[in-house]
Amino acid sequence: MSAKPNVPGVTPLLQARGLNKRYGRVTALDHADFDLYPGEILAVIGDNGAGKSSLIRALSGALVPDAGEIKLAGMPVAFRSPLDAQAAGIETVYQTLALSPSLSIADNMFLGRELRRPGPLGTICRMLDRKAMQRIAREKLTELGLMTVQSINQRVETLSGGQRQGVAVARAAAFGSRVVIMDEPTAALGVKESRRVLELILDVRRRGVSVVLISHNMPHVFEIADRIHIHRLGRRLTVIDPKAYTMSDAVAFMTGARAPIEVAA
Amino acid sequence: MTDIGSSRPAAQAFELVLDKGESRVAEFEVRARSPLQKLQHFLHANPTAVPAIVLLLSVAAFGFTVGSRFLSMFNLSLIIQQVTIIGVIGAAQTLIVITAGIDLSVGAIMVLCSVIMGKLAVTMGLPAPIAFVVGVAAGAGCGVVNGALVTRLKLPPFIVTLGTWSIFFALNLWYSASETIRSQEVAKIAPLLQALGTSVNIFGARFTYGSFFMLGLVALIWFVLNRTAFGRHLYAVGDDPDAARLAGIQTDRILFSVYVIAGVICALGAWALIGRIGSISPQAGQTANLDSITAVVVGGASLFGGRGSIVGTLIGALIVGVFRNGLALSDVDVLWQEFAVGWLIIIAVALDQWIRKVSA
Repeated sequence: MSAKPNVPGVTPLLQARGLNKRYGRVTALDHADFDLYPGEILAVIGDNGAGKSSLIRALSGALVPDAGEIKLAGMPVAFRSPLDAQAAGIETVYQTLALSPSLSIADNMFLGRELRRPGPLGTICRMLDRKAMQRIAREKLTELGLMTVQSINQRVETLSGGQRQGVAVARAAAFGSRVVIMDEPTAALGVKESRRVLELILDVRRRGVSVVLISHNMPHVFEIADRIHIHRLGRRLTVIDPKAYTMSDAVAFMTGARAPIEVAA
Repeated sequence: MTDIGSSRPAAQAFELVLDKGESRVAEFEVRARSPLQKLQHFLHANPTAVPAIVLLLSVAAFGFTVGSRFLSMFNLSLIIQQVTIIGVIGAAQTLIVITAGIDLSVGAIMVLCSVIMGKLAVTMGLPAPIAFVVGVAAGAGCGVVNGALVTRLKLPPFIVTLGTWSIFFALNLWYSASETIRSQEVAKIAPLLQALGTSVNIFGARFTYGSFFMLGLVALIWFVLNRTAFGRHLYAVGDDPDAARLAGIQTDRILFSVYVIAGVICALGAWALIGRIGSISPQAGQTANLDSITAVVVGGASLFGGRGSIVGTLIGALIVGVFRNGLALSDVDVLWQEFAVGWLIIIAVALDQWIRKVSA
């Protein structure tokens, strides 16, 4: 796939048109558009308060927009909660990671979608299938090369920042069949751990899953993104090809120091 | 990026030196730990270890100072009888505390339910099973009030249950007209309500059905907390409600149902209370509120939520029971029992704070 701002003839995997969200007098989303194509890494950049987080929360079901529509593979969808988005194959790694520190790694990976025992133990006693969940969690972490943790039953609060990030990414990668959204995945990490997360993102794409990457780290964005969505004042300003522009161009666009020449369709 | 699937990111200039560094990612540093740190880690990983050790030590201490009067099978089983009410109400409190809440109205719900059961069955002559079911429904209703105020009006659980404590207690005084139903009347008209007071002798130990009921309830709640999704979600909600919500858990539904479940358990506690004291008094169980919180806290649960276990609460209740019983047998004035329990609470919370400071 060539990295043009918009790909003609290909249906976007995830598309949003005219998203609006107001909090009292504050407008977080002002007719925001969004396009994510199959198998790409789309970076979303923007200054603080540009509405990136609101956009991502709307796409992941954590926020219900006042107006606008979201389409998944061409079909209109209405996410009322993160569960709806998860059911549609969209997983999000939040900046806060959204992990429960006192629960184990396996518990966290299956939080909100636990597996139950087959047969009456599961249906009547609602008993969890802990063995299966531990096995799958271990498999997923191993797949991503993250099984440096001592035990899958270790509490998350005993993990380092990078390991926690790994668990959150593994959870998203394990269940995100179509889209994985990552909000500032490297912001809290060291240089080495950041590199590992970038590799994870490429791993996820290699499996045919599209990735939305929200980041302030320009070198990382320009390194791995196929296209860059620039958000400004609650809406999409433009989408650029990282090979055709420099980092300072992108910063100029997102801060309003320069206006983009072509207008996003 | 035209060749999706094969491209590996080339490291950027500033990252090239990484190859010369260590290749391990996020591995554990093995630091030498002092014995005290090792202990701290052990206690952090095993939250019920502290109360279990304290229970064993206190049994040993009283066994040593008081002797066979304390250590007899009869006396030890008596302690279990004495902690039945705290154990049941503490079970309800544990569920709430795990969600980072607190329920100050548990004792009032229990007494109100016991009065409703007694009035309906004994004074109004309804069949005892119906009176029992209505009493349990009333407990659930009290839980609905607490749960709705906490989840709908978003009021802090402490304030909500402080208010409903007074409300439920006032309703209890009004409905009972502050009159006690005598034990003989209950035994004559509605023996079912005293069923949990029936006792059996096993090798010199004397257990009431209420003791077995409490142990069964603890086992059931252990299963729910550790082996079902609902139980895991209780911890997640208490730990970090935002994270739980983002993981797709309906936090308000979990919170609401936990107050209703606590109300039902308190109504079952009312049944155990009638079995224990025989009569039905609107003034009974006055200490159940604070005793339940004591049992939960001494049992190693954190009032900040996300940490705690039902077995810990049972042990916590037993520790309090052992202290009260042991001090009473030592012919120490009752006031020193309260003195000791007070220190127990403070030490338990201080220990919890220290354990929580464990470095990852």
